[in-house]
Amino acid sequence: MSPLLSLILIPLVTAAFCMAGSAPRRISLFGAGANLLLTLYLLASYNLEIGGYQFVGGRLLAPFYGLAFSLGADGLSMVMLLLTTLVTLAAVWVTPPINRYAGMFYACLLLISAGAIGAFVSTDLFFFYAFHELALVPTFLLIGIWGSGERQRIAWKVTIYLATGSFVLLLGLIGIWLAVPAGLRTLDMRILQQLGVAGILSPGPAVYLLLLAGFGSLIALFPLHSWAPEAYASAPAPAAMLHAGVLKKFGLYGLLRLAVPIFPEEIQQFAGLLLILLLGNIIYVGFVTIAQKRLDLMLGYSSVMHMGYAFLGLVALNQIGLAGMSLMIVAHGLTIAALFALCGEIGSRWGTLEFAKLGGLAAGAPKLGLLFGFAAMASIGLPGFLSFPSEVLIFFGAFAQGVTGGFNIYQTSVAFALWGVVISAIYMLRAYRRIFWGGRGVAAVDGVGDVSCAVRWAVILLLAALLVTGFRPALLLDYINPVFDYFAP
Amino acid sequence: MNPIYLEIAVVVLGLLLLAAESFAGPGRKSGIAHPAITGLILVFVATFWIDPLAMDVTAPYARFYSADFLAVFFKQLALLSTIVVLIMAQEYAPVVEASLPSSRRGAGLGEFYALPVFTCAGLMWMASAVDFVLIFVSLELVTISFYILVSYMRQDRGSLEAGVKFLVLGALSTGFLIYGITWIYGVTGQTNLHAIAAVIPALKHAAAPALLFGLGLVLVSLGFKVAAVPFQFWVPDVYQGAPTPITAFLSVASKAAGFVVLLRVLQAFVVVPYLQEKIMLLMAILAGITMVFGNLAAIPQSNLKRLLAYSSVAHAGYLLLGVASLGAPFAGMAVLFYLGAYLIMTLLAFLIMAVVSKTVGGDDIADFNGLNQRAPHLAFAMLLAMASLAGVPLTVGFLGKLFIFEAAFQQGHFVLIALGIVTVASGFYYYLKVVRAMYWQQPADPEAPEIPVGVAARLTIAILCALTIWLGVYPAPLLSLIR
Repeated sequence: MSPLLSLILIPLVTAAFCMAGSAPRRISLFGAGANLLLTLYLLASYNLEIGGYQFVGGRLLAPFYGLAFSLGADGLSMVMLLLTTLVTLAAVWVTPPINRYAGMFYACLLLISAGAIGAFVSTDLFFFYAFHELALVPTFLLIGIWGSGERQRIAWKVTIYLATGSFVLLLGLIGIWLAVPAGLRTLDMRILQQLGVAGILSPGPAVYLLLLAGFGSLIALFPLHSWAPEAYASAPAPAAMLHAGVLKKFGLYGLLRLAVPIFPEEIQQFAGLLLILLLGNIIYVGFVTIAQKRLDLMLGYSSVMHMGYAFLGLVALNQIGLAGMSLMIVAHGLTIAALFALCGEIGSRWGTLEFAKLGGLAAGAPKLGLLFGFAAMASIGLPGFLSFPSEVLIFFGAFAQGVTGGFNIYQTSVAFALWGVVISAIYMLRAYRRIFWGGRGVAAVDGVGDVSCAVRWAVILLLAALLVTGFRPALLLDYINPVFDYFAP
Repeated sequence: MNPIYLEIAVVVLGLLLLAAESFAGPGRKSGIAHPAITGLILVFVATFWIDPLAMDVTAPYARFYSADFLAVFFKQLALLSTIVVLIMAQEYAPVVEASLPSSRRGAGLGEFYALPVFTCAGLMWMASAVDFVLIFVSLELVTISFYILVSYMRQDRGSLEAGVKFLVLGALSTGFLIYGITWIYGVTGQTNLHAIAAVIPALKHAAAPALLFGLGLVLVSLGFKVAAVPFQFWVPDVYQGAPTPITAFLSVASKAAGFVVLLRVLQAFVVVPYLQEKIMLLMAILAGITMVFGNLAAIPQSNLKRLLAYSSVAHAGYLLLGVASLGAPFAGMAVLFYLGAYLIMTLLAFLIMAVVSKTVGGDDIADFNGLNQRAPHLAFAMLLAMASLAGVPLTVGFLGKLFIFEAAFQQGHFVLIALGIVTVASGFYYYLKVVRAMYWQQPADPEAPEIPVGVAARLTIAILCALTIWLGVYPAPLLSLIR
């Protein structure tokens, strides 16, 4: 069987141990660390010269429907695995002492991780979908049991939103499946992609719109985004890290996997609509982000806002833009995870996340201030961090689209979207100033101490990954580029 | 082996149980549950050796009775649900006993175990019935034993009220059925479904309204059985009032039998296009309103039994959606798979409810508050049941919905699919209400004692949980049973 199966099984088994036994923190740290090491090993042993899907294995489950449990990873999956295992380790690491059902808390985190990994390495359409759904249940429990604020109402809202989105998505997937010519009917995504690229499989605009609405509500595409900020604000920090950092990326990954090869004409046909919506994400949600008065809500909105860039890469529909979108997934995942980890630390130490009550924290907690500063720079997209090459590639890709036709909608949208960088600089730097500099807020009492050891190293791990890949994006692009070779000029 | 011996075996088992019950001492009557369960398990195992081709098709009874794969599958469903219901009845016995007249305490439980065996025989006959006469007779056998079982808790007002309601509406639906059969017989001169299918194409066009009227009446009666809107109004009260095991029996076995009869009757009538069009349109409309009403009405419920009652209406809607898509290649299989899935997850939910409400003394959702702290295993099993009922992937309930929606997609029922999506989302809402109570709320009494669970019930819960996940990941075994 494929070594990828152990990537799914390790967190599942670890979760089972957490539920059953004692010392859940140690066990889950061990499981998450083992998974990261295994992923690094697989990354190293992935043969870049051959490319394509490797480590494949599978088993036929329901012959009538062609349903099979089959695993395999290409360059894009490998990069997603790296993101998932990095963020999982960080999320487990930063988990503060849990006083109620600690075992279940860690088990939920690991289940989300297992679901995300399963979705990223499944080559069967059914399991691709099912693994993601599997990860939604622990999200519901994490917000509902350990969340803050109006946790129950919010857990409710998130679940209804995501469940509806998932079912719309499911319809889109069924639509794709039914559009396959009868003799070739299969649930194997590799074959579906090939059929799509070859032009044999074209389910039509209705199915594309279903897919876009389904994935869109999972990714928080404007105007389907209202669940996300509240959910991230209420969720405990590790859950927000895993959901915003990894699980939400499932939607983008799905668009890259299915929409790009199968619906290229439809993406161009509806490019105008998507450009307006993604500008809604970047500009409208950007302004909403600036207006936030609490750090957790601000981070939630900022994560919604950044999804606009990812959609810009999709709509560009060329190798540069799509590679940028893939980098964006990783860059944003690592950045937002680091920010939520620090946000959770601030909240648990000073008891509030309101800008008005915080201030001058850097005097007592310089290391925390430094780490937050780095993470904020990464979020803005400063050169040196992975966010920078990803945004550059996306902007270049989108600008290059249809460049012969004068200044068209793509270039106009890029011109607007570039302002997003300014907007994110405004809210991030303002947040940084209001929390760490300036006069002391009412909550900034003495003797709280600096960032805890666990959070410090977890965030350093994430930031180091961002810096290394930021200085040398080819580390990831070598894996990603061949996936979109069929768009190569 | 000839399939007719199965029903004979079950009836003989029932008669033996009744005889044993009348000779057993007052305190030992509930002992007959064990031979009942064992006997049914033996019959269940025997069904796997049934060879439908072994039946002599020239024999006189073959006019009424068919033992095709459909019939065998439904016999297995009926037997399995009766077995689980009897195990549930054992768990629930103290509650039933408490509501019997005090002079007969401990003495009146015998029939509570014996009657479901007769119901089971009726259900099995229904699965095989291909003649309106046998359909009617077996349906009555089922319904009459249910009249007694529903009102079994004689000193409980709710149970009595449920019994009276069920009796009145059951009789009404029987009236519809017999009247419809009369009309159909009047037009076609036949009661056998195969013969009716053979006669219909030759009928004059002028006979169509009469035929449709007759069929409409039969469908009304079946609508009562499967709890389709607008014939669902008896469901909540009867489900709430009846003893929990009987509620489970009603919602699973009675519905399954209703659907097998529906499938068979429709098969006989869709032989000509003008009838097929009208029938399928009718089914589509029924499916739509049943899905919407069942799911929306379930949302405000605070009593778990009532919630499951409306959810049973909602599931009837999804099943009808499958029936309305019967033109698609795998639609029949999808309906059967859904019924199998529905049986597993519903029985699981009711079994846990019976165990918990016996100790807690109520079946409101609030009675499940903090169950995770009192009985984490039961809470987890209930979580599985609710997730599967809601249709979370990697559970059997999801695959059921997937297959049904796929068939509907192929038939182009896009409006119904859209309604289905909305209702599935509302389903998430009310099923998760139970999860919320178990995991998020604090128990009313934190020092409450543990919840005792019998060995058989424990084993059954474990098996049903395993089936929920296993068939949700690997549906091939169930699909191969359906063929």
